[in-house]
Amino acid sequence: MAPLLSVIDMTHYFGGLCAVNNFNLAIEPGQIKGLIGPNGAGKTTVFNLITGVYTPTEGTIELMGKNIKGLETHRIASMGLGRTFQNLALWRHMNVLDHIRMAHYSQLSYGLFGAFFGTPKCREQEDQVIDNSYKLLQLFDVKQFATQNIGNLPYGAQRRVEMARAMATKPKVLFLDEPTAGMTPDELIRMIEIIRQVHRDFGVAIFLIEHRMKFVMELCESIQTLVFGEVIAEGPPEEIQNNPEVIEAYLGKEDVH
Amino acid sequence: MIKKFFRILSVVPLAGWLLGGFTAVLIEYYLGDLISYYLYLPKVPVLFGTLIMLKEPLLIPSALAYNLIVYILPILLVGRLLAPVMNGLAALLEKRPLWLATIIHLVAFYGILHMWAGINDYRVLVVKLTMIAIILTISLNIINGYQGEFSCSHPGFMALGAYASSTLTLLLFANDKMFGEALLNPALGPWLFPVVLFIGGLVAALGSLIVAIPSFRTRGDYLAIISLAFLFIVKSAIENLEIIGGPRGMSSQPNYATLPVVFIWMSLCIWIIHNFTTSVMGKALNAVRDNEPAANSMTVNTRKTKMTAFMFGAFWAGVAGGLFAHVLRYVNPSTFGLQKLAEILAMVYFGGLNSIYGSIVGAVSISVLGEALRPLQLFKWIIIPLILILVMIFRPHGLISFTELNVKEVMRPRNKERSEGGE
Repeated sequence: MAPLLSVIDMTHYFGGLCAVNNFNLAIEPGQIKGLIGPNGAGKTTVFNLITGVYTPTEGTIELMGKNIKGLETHRIASMGLGRTFQNLALWRHMNVLDHIRMAHYSQLSYGLFGAFFGTPKCREQEDQVIDNSYKLLQLFDVKQFATQNIGNLPYGAQRRVEMARAMATKPKVLFLDEPTAGMTPDELIRMIEIIRQVHRDFGVAIFLIEHRMKFVMELCESIQTLVFGEVIAEGPPEEIQNNPEVIEAYLGKEDVH
Repeated sequence: MIKKFFRILSVVPLAGWLLGGFTAVLIEYYLGDLISYYLYLPKVPVLFGTLIMLKEPLLIPSALAYNLIVYILPILLVGRLLAPVMNGLAALLEKRPLWLATIIHLVAFYGILHMWAGINDYRVLVVKLTMIAIILTISLNIINGYQGEFSCSHPGFMALGAYASSTLTLLLFANDKMFGEALLNPALGPWLFPVVLFIGGLVAALGSLIVAIPSFRTRGDYLAIISLAFLFIVKSAIENLEIIGGPRGMSSQPNYATLPVVFIWMSLCIWIIHNFTTSVMGKALNAVRDNEPAANSMTVNTRKTKMTAFMFGAFWAGVAGGLFAHVLRYVNPSTFGLQKLAEILAMVYFGGLNSIYGSIVGAVSISVLGEALRPLQLFKWIIIPLILILVMIFRPHGLISFTELNVKEVMRPRNKERSEGGE
């Protein structure tokens, strides 16, 4: 059987600069995979390429056997590829509940006419969306903020809202771009629990970028290390941790005097 | 002291205020002439006496006294004294479906407006133009507030609607110099007028695609310039089309835009735009405004959303334009120029972005202020911008921004405390 998400030989150039070279990825249902690498290695570019923000110069990307290369971002997202952003991408004038409601956009079928006149079909679907949104808010422990403006929330809660929002799109694969950036150690432990919970309850496959080794080691079954757009090592966490090339990329070469 | 005063009044529900307003209008209708005679006023003050006060400062006390006797006292007294009764009524209505309660309130409000405006034709005109301004402001708020673009082409959309519907009514229902004999029985006119306005709106919506499509790639200043260009294109196109009157404009449109017609269209506009902006479809506008990549990743079709915002806003601008043409019964291209644009923009930004409440407040206050300060002539254009600047300093997003219209909350009985509290 074909994997849930498969990326084969994905290469992308920004002008003459090769940002990502021959990137390969296969995610099976229910897997958690990690992507690590020093700053500027092209990790977020990999995310943006797969989610359709950029179209890769070469290579194929398939989600559940269907080609998604070149499709618009919102199409890819509604096919089952959810994501969060490295520097929170929230809607600053919206309240928390509306954030989650918004993410149900592609699941609504009442159309503009229904929205204009508030038809029974529209109301029924909107009520369903609100119910579902409250469930998600509860699950991510941000229900108490439901009617608050997103800007009033503490950082950790904002991160959780972003996760809840991504889950509202009903993804099959969830992309997390540095989910613990800027978090305190307490929040970090909580985040690990939440990701485990999402993984368990929704059965979603997860692909994450992360800098904190502890976090990656805890969660991921397999890790890829990206350096200057190329994967230099791939394997289970213990192997990657002791891989001399990875250590070199992160810490530099050991000079022998 | 002031706080106490407001606390005493806080138990009056909307129905109570409406009853108070009704009393005030009745007093003016039957006793207005008498009261103004004894206060040495030449006639019943048209717009709360502002015109008289500015023209003849000596009559200021009389005009104020008139306002006190005819409006303020009856509204406050009747509103407060009958508050228990009206609260009971409001509680009764609260148990009925929301639409029924809303329609009853609207009909009552229309009754007051009708009687108040019935005193003379000038009031009718001011009320009609104010209601059209409300439609325009809310529709521009869709693009500039909810969608967060800066579109300057609203008078252009309005012109498209005005000319399209004028052409249709003149062609179909009127015997005039421009298009000759009426093609249809003029008796059908008032009944088909909604269709004509709808077509006017559609023409404006189609025209808006010229601005909507560039908005896929650009926003901010650049889109503002493109939309400004669109405004001038429309204006000079109409000026050079001799078939629809060129710079002389079009006149003698049939008198279809009566007070109830304009009122119904305004209510319809508020209702539909409220439905839209509170649905997920409408919230998508906010999502695209606040963070477009995030909206895209959350399955929102950003192109469709932008196009919807522009076409929807332009549609209502077109309807407003059609009403405008049939209220004044004369249009010419120079009406839809930069001054109109400034007026609408002022209403939107004064009232508040992303808010229907705000738009209503903005449209009403700027249009009434504009009329009230008319005797000051040029100084009007100093005072209104000054107020605008003050609002921008103290409330950068406008008076009432980012608030949803909550009809139920507005109409609720006020005699018992709610657990959720106020604003």
